[in-house]
Amino acid sequence: MSTPNTNVASYLYEVPGPRGRRRIIIGSIISALIIAGVIGAGLWQFGSRGQLDADKWTPFLDLAIWKYLGVGLLGTLQAAAIVAILGASFGTLLALGRVSKVRWLSWLCAGYIEIARTVPVLLLIYLMLFGLPQLGINFPVLWKLAIPLTLANAAVFAEIVRAGILSLPRGQAEAAFSLGLRSSQVMRLVVLPQAVRNVTPSLITQLVSLMKDTSLGFIVAFTELLYRGQVLSSFNHLLIQTYLVVTIIYLLVNGSLSGLASRLQKKPGRRRTTIASATMALPLPTPGGQSPQKAPHV
Amino acid sequence: MEIFTENAGLLLDAIGTTLLMVLVAGVGSLILGVLVTVARVSPIPILRRAAFLYVQFFINVPLLALLLLAVFALPDAGLILPLLPTAIIVLTVYEAAYVAEAVRSGINTVSVGQIEASRALGLTLWQSLRLIVIPQSLRAVVQPLGNVMIALAMNTALAAVVGVVELTSRVNKINLVYAQPIEIFTGAGLAYMLIALAIGLAAGRIERKVAILR
Repeated sequence: MSTPNTNVASYLYEVPGPRGRRRIIIGSIISALIIAGVIGAGLWQFGSRGQLDADKWTPFLDLAIWKYLGVGLLGTLQAAAIVAILGASFGTLLALGRVSKVRWLSWLCAGYIEIARTVPVLLLIYLMLFGLPQLGINFPVLWKLAIPLTLANAAVFAEIVRAGILSLPRGQAEAAFSLGLRSSQVMRLVVLPQAVRNVTPSLITQLVSLMKDTSLGFIVAFTELLYRGQVLSSFNHLLIQTYLVVTIIYLLVNGSLSGLASRLQKKPGRRRTTIASATMALPLPTPGGQSPQKAPHV
Repeated sequence: MEIFTENAGLLLDAIGTTLLMVLVAGVGSLILGVLVTVARVSPIPILRRAAFLYVQFFINVPLLALLLLAVFALPDAGLILPLLPTAIIVLTVYEAAYVAEAVRSGINTVSVGQIEASRALGLTLWQSLRLIVIPQSLRAVVQPLGNVMIALAMNTALAAVVGVVELTSRVNKINLVYAQPIEIFTGAGLAYMLIALAIGLAAGRIERKVAILR
């Protein structure tokens, strides 16, 4: 993935002349030296403590370790899927309530969103883990993780969906109403599908953040990647190596999701813009005449 | 209610630790985040690439994994600091990536004319960044930065997992003694909401003060 260097950054400096080029080369060399120095110092520090020795890393060539961590990754994905589905559904309902014309419902949803966004998830997990069992309420391990995460993420999903609904031109809803649709139909058939498509990049970004949050399963001892990593490290005593491997797995999985989000962001609503520009270019429909040619579907 | 008065000293201590983490990591991540953004728009390709990788790394890796790595694993390589500073450093470098993302979106709002004008006046790149671009872009992203700071305040709770005795950790300990989870955790939740509210109000106030009316 190349460094995005579009928009403003390219206006900050003109095409450099000979002097500018020389400066850039000097700057490149200096910063390369500094970066290499930092990395080198880190590696030297690791090496001097024997953390780079081959026998500390060769265990990770064993397939059994990858199978063991793989089960953890599956747990992470499972928890993330559950939280994503529940959180997105609950969040959409909250967003609908938030934009509804019924005053008390809107206030209730707004209140929930504000509260859920300003209470740490860990506090909710501790409540599930240590608090509620004292009152005789005990959930299975997966739900001790999934319920707090759902409660917290629903609020964020609600804000994203609401932003999508508000960003849609009013004309869409007005046109749908004038076609005689009921307000539930307007929302379901016209507004929500477009709103969700507009905010897809944000939804995927939130999915990444949610995947990161499932690492809290570590605390409730739910079998997910970080928990498995911890168990593995207490077994093989290779703390640095194990945690680094786990970190890199997270980086790969979430990085590919983030990459998808930024690709989508670069071409926002490709389908919609082409239709919009196509309809702009079309001649106005003549009253009683033939309808203009159909917008091309992309 | 008497739970809170009986443990007032401990609770205040814990809230102090939480606030200290928010404050130090907040200021640190703002500074580091702006520096990363500057590197990200600089004409030096290697710096741009490094800043991009920095942001991508911290946005895609869970904070908890980094905390565990820093607190339990790095001492094996001889890198060891007291617990609280370690947690603050991890929080700082983690949130700096989010600050950098916010500030970069602010840079995109600075109009091209501003930059062209500063160049026409003969300002060097460093001068136009320092005097023209960064101030305007920071003003445009006060609210998003406020949200990053609120997220930071929430994330300080994770330090409880690696053993920092801050608010979440303390109320959990108190609850293990008193076994009145609803009251105790609601109280802690209210404290966090107050912190978030304070940050939000401050951000709103700063924004009104510095917003550029175009």
